[in-house]
Amino acid sequence: MEEHLPVLVVLVPMLAAPLCLLLRHRTAVTGFAIAVAWLTFAISVLLLLRVLDQGVISYELGGWPPPWGIEYRIDLLNAFVLILVAGIGAIVATWSPASISVELPRYERHYLFYTAYLLCLTGLLGITATGDLFNVFVFLEISALSSYVLISMGQDRRALTSAYQYLIMGTLGATFILIGIGLLYIMTGTLNMADMAVQLEGVRDTRTVLVAFGFFVVGISVKMALFPLHLWLPNAYAYAPSVVTAFLAATATKVSVYILLRFFFTVFGHEFAFGSMRLWVFLMPLALIGIVTASLVAIFQNNIKRMLAYSSVAQIGYMVLGISFASVNGLTGGIVHLFNHGLMKCALFLAMGCIVMRCGSVHIDEMRGLGRRMPWTMAAFVAAGLSLIGVPLTVGFISKWYLVLAALEQGLWPVAALVLLSSLLAAVYVWRVVEVAYFHEPRAVDGEGAITDAPLSLLLPMWALVIAIFYFGISTEATAGIARMAAESLLGTSP
Amino acid sequence: MSPQTAIYVAVGLPLVGAALVVALRRWPNLREAASLATSGALLAVVLTLLPGVQAGGRPEARVVEVMAGLWMAFEVEPLGMLFALVAAGLWIVTTIYSIGYMRGHHEVDQTRFYACFAVAISAAIGVAFAGNLLTLFIFYEVLTLSTYPLVTHHRTEAAMRGGRLYLGILLSTSVVFLLFAVIWTWYLAGTLDFRPGGILAGTADKGTLAVLLALFAFGTGKAALMPFHRWLPAAMVAPTPVSALLHAVAVVKVGVFTVMKIIVYVFGLELLTGTGLSTWLMYVAAFTILASSLIALTKDNLKARLAYSTVSQLSYIVLGAALATSAGVLGGSMHIAMHAFGKITLFFCAGAIYVAAHKTEISDMDGIGRTMPITMTAFFIGSLSVIGLPPFGGAWSKWFLALGALEADKAIFVAVLMISSLLNVAYLMPIVARAFFVAPSETGPSDDDEGALQGTVLEANGGSSIKEAPTFCLVALCATAAGCLALFFFADELYQLLTPIVKP
Amino acid sequence: MADVLGLYNYWVVIVLMMTGFYIVVARDNLIKKIIGLSIFQTSVFLLFITVGKVEGGTAPILAEGFDVYSNPLPGVLILTAIVVGVATTAVALGLVVRINEEYGTIEEGEIHVQDVEA
Repeated sequence: MEEHLPVLVVLVPMLAAPLCLLLRHRTAVTGFAIAVAWLTFAISVLLLLRVLDQGVISYELGGWPPPWGIEYRIDLLNAFVLILVAGIGAIVATWSPASISVELPRYERHYLFYTAYLLCLTGLLGITATGDLFNVFVFLEISALSSYVLISMGQDRRALTSAYQYLIMGTLGATFILIGIGLLYIMTGTLNMADMAVQLEGVRDTRTVLVAFGFFVVGISVKMALFPLHLWLPNAYAYAPSVVTAFLAATATKVSVYILLRFFFTVFGHEFAFGSMRLWVFLMPLALIGIVTASLVAIFQNNIKRMLAYSSVAQIGYMVLGISFASVNGLTGGIVHLFNHGLMKCALFLAMGCIVMRCGSVHIDEMRGLGRRMPWTMAAFVAAGLSLIGVPLTVGFISKWYLVLAALEQGLWPVAALVLLSSLLAAVYVWRVVEVAYFHEPRAVDGEGAITDAPLSLLLPMWALVIAIFYFGISTEATAGIARMAAESLLGTSP
Repeated sequence: MSPQTAIYVAVGLPLVGAALVVALRRWPNLREAASLATSGALLAVVLTLLPGVQAGGRPEARVVEVMAGLWMAFEVEPLGMLFALVAAGLWIVTTIYSIGYMRGHHEVDQTRFYACFAVAISAAIGVAFAGNLLTLFIFYEVLTLSTYPLVTHHRTEAAMRGGRLYLGILLSTSVVFLLFAVIWTWYLAGTLDFRPGGILAGTADKGTLAVLLALFAFGTGKAALMPFHRWLPAAMVAPTPVSALLHAVAVVKVGVFTVMKIIVYVFGLELLTGTGLSTWLMYVAAFTILASSLIALTKDNLKARLAYSTVSQLSYIVLGAALATSAGVLGGSMHIAMHAFGKITLFFCAGAIYVAAHKTEISDMDGIGRTMPITMTAFFIGSLSVIGLPPFGGAWSKWFLALGALEADKAIFVAVLMISSLLNVAYLMPIVARAFFVAPSETGPSDDDEGALQGTVLEANGGSSIKEAPTFCLVALCATAAGCLALFFFADELYQLLTPIVKP
Repeated sequence: MADVLGLYNYWVVIVLMMTGFYIVVARDNLIKKIIGLSIFQTSVFLLFITVGKVEGGTAPILAEGFDVYSNPLPGVLILTAIVVGVATTAVALGLVVRINEEYGTIEEGEIHVQDVEA
């Protein structure tokens, strides 16, 4: 059983998804989905422990040896991302029942929701676990299709157009990636990532490979929502059901960042990608512009989910910035922020979900006085918001530290200053919400139901994330320590 | 208890106190007792560390490795010891004062007040005992955040705006300048530990170090160096006990303490005197001293005048640090204690006047010395200490600061100190003089203020009634006034405690 | 010249790819966008499949008397990709049906107007 863990982490949710279609009974399917999600998380934890113990794990699907067979290759980087995705999947699944009953218009079709949810989880885990390029494309499309479906389940009719817009842009991006894979296959004859890194040795400077490189950059940027290809994200996050936003915001773009890391460090090699191709000339400015403009736009949003969506675009900018440094500290910052942001944004969107459940709206005016009416929810929001700003003792501080350090190491003090200044922008948009919630009188309620705090089933998973935000902000051995080891192995500076 | 345990207890005890306060929120007397008990216990614990430090020991404790090579660690050295004693001692006094004030004024949300107070004190002790720049930065930010609910206590529009300015300036300076400087120091020196003689010697050229010093100085927004001083008057929107402890003692002292610690233990006195790196800082501090004293003269609101006075006094300490001579550093460090007692007395009196007579503007305070003699006498004592006249503590710190300026061959700053003392007289003495020697103006409290007047009403001979502040308030301000006097005589103990900083 | 003409499969791919991409971007009608997307994806399929053909190679089924076989792998990959493309088209069409129910139109311009007014 132990040696099948790499494929089990993908298979368990994959097989469970169609089973959800058969389980029509409400409680049964909910319980089943939650159990599957936690089982997947347990498998991912075991995988990480094994990788920490034994080093890179290589698994042959069906016993066919690579490079002809499909290989699942787990090293520290993917094990780390697997834990994030599976963990968020489990926590959001546990959080979901009460919220779905309020937000999904045809609530009796809950089993369809869980089917799509588990499929999306499968896709994301599959992208992360696999060591085969075409497999990445297939799972990318699986996760993308299920996320289009999930987003379209939102109550507002704009959820449909947002899902459609995401579909068009996302499919274009994924097809670009497919073109890139095809061109690389033409030049090397292999689809296995580790093998391709070897096979590319002689042909790196051919025009085909350079064109493939270009297609990858654009395709991944679309899926990752790097400025200016981020246009699908604000609408998709704002109008999707809260559960979906919380899940996707913490995982989908992060997995795309993982693809960036995998392709440009493992397959192409960082000397080629950041050395001769100077990818950082492209990535760094776009990341910086994304950070600043998205944060500025976020300040002026009145729909708080939309505000948090723009904040996500900015945070992706931080991750890409860290990667563009191509140094140990820079990569550590980028990778650890991948994890940290997942925690923060999920907590924030879960808080918004609680607010939607009680107030029915995410407009900032509806949040007046919520500090008094929904103390636990708002406290979670404030805590995660403080982490966005980068206050010490929270995870956000750790990411910012590494990013600034990496910038200073390369003498890029204006970049370092920008990273810190953008924290102030985050402070502005977080504090807007804090002031409205704590300093204004709550709206007069006409009798039938005063707003009370969210039910325990919503509060507990959210607070689990908040505690994680503080825990991993104080003791970072598990997150930054592993990120550093992953960074070193990506850069080839460690065995 | 072992010194290590004492450190942990000192930082953690106020947090326990905060939890107790919240738990006891339904029983106000028990809740206040919890605050008093915690503050008393804290002082006791901090005192157990004193003999060890006086003997030359430097107790330390390592808590957790936050990032690779960076620990949250504590180390008690004389400067931190002094600050911890000041903070812990004055917490007791302020708690007593707060009980009188908050109840006398029928304030709402008292539980949140006492709880946030305790958290803020915990952060202040954390800063005092910080063993490296990372730990100091962590608790510095915790202090900013935990004092925000205190500054915006009244939850009015004005409180919100004041809070915005407070948080805006403090967060901006700490994130953009101070954190930048901390990470840069880590990059240059490979360590963030506080070491006698500093850690930056030989790590970079003079230009880089000058920029670094500027980032540290302006990044420590709590030291209220101009132009980043505006948060201090803005924070006066808070209830007076908050202003008293936090902005006359804890928050601002954390600021100047940070500057002093960075000068002594990160840059090192030799590096600074050798290269003249900090000369510009002396001039900035001098400018702040004079400019804010002049602004104080124009303010009619008593708390605003005291706020600008604080800005000025804080720069005394920064000047002492920038002079980087042994007398300068010692004078500045002593001033941390002297000014704390002096200013807190003045703020206590301001609050007492507000609670008892409902007055905030100095022009309304004519003749108030007759109805509130104890308060105004304490005010007088506090003023003398701030001005720097014997037999009050402030005299000693000013003396050493002047000596420090001479040691650095910068006699101009002696002139600055003298002019500043004259300005202090100009903005403090008239208040006292008018309180005692001028007849009260006809504008008394209006009728609808009747209900708000609280206090001890005594019938004295001659028919004029004495409406003093609530008893608890009086006890507190008399205690701190007595402290100003006592510090004059105990200055030598302070000096002996602090000397190892400059002569390790 | 023979080289350029000999590479005709790539030319077809490029023409189809650009046509499809242009339709997606330039047309307002949601169904037309899906058609464009489909053409775009098909061009990529052609890219993969046509490079699988080895000169002088026969169909990749082991048989007596044949030494050179065309590459079967691209075909297999594209079977998967076609399925993905079909699923994408199906989801997209489903969304368009629902959008039509909600908005009464499938022209992007008109939908945008309705959203702005709302």
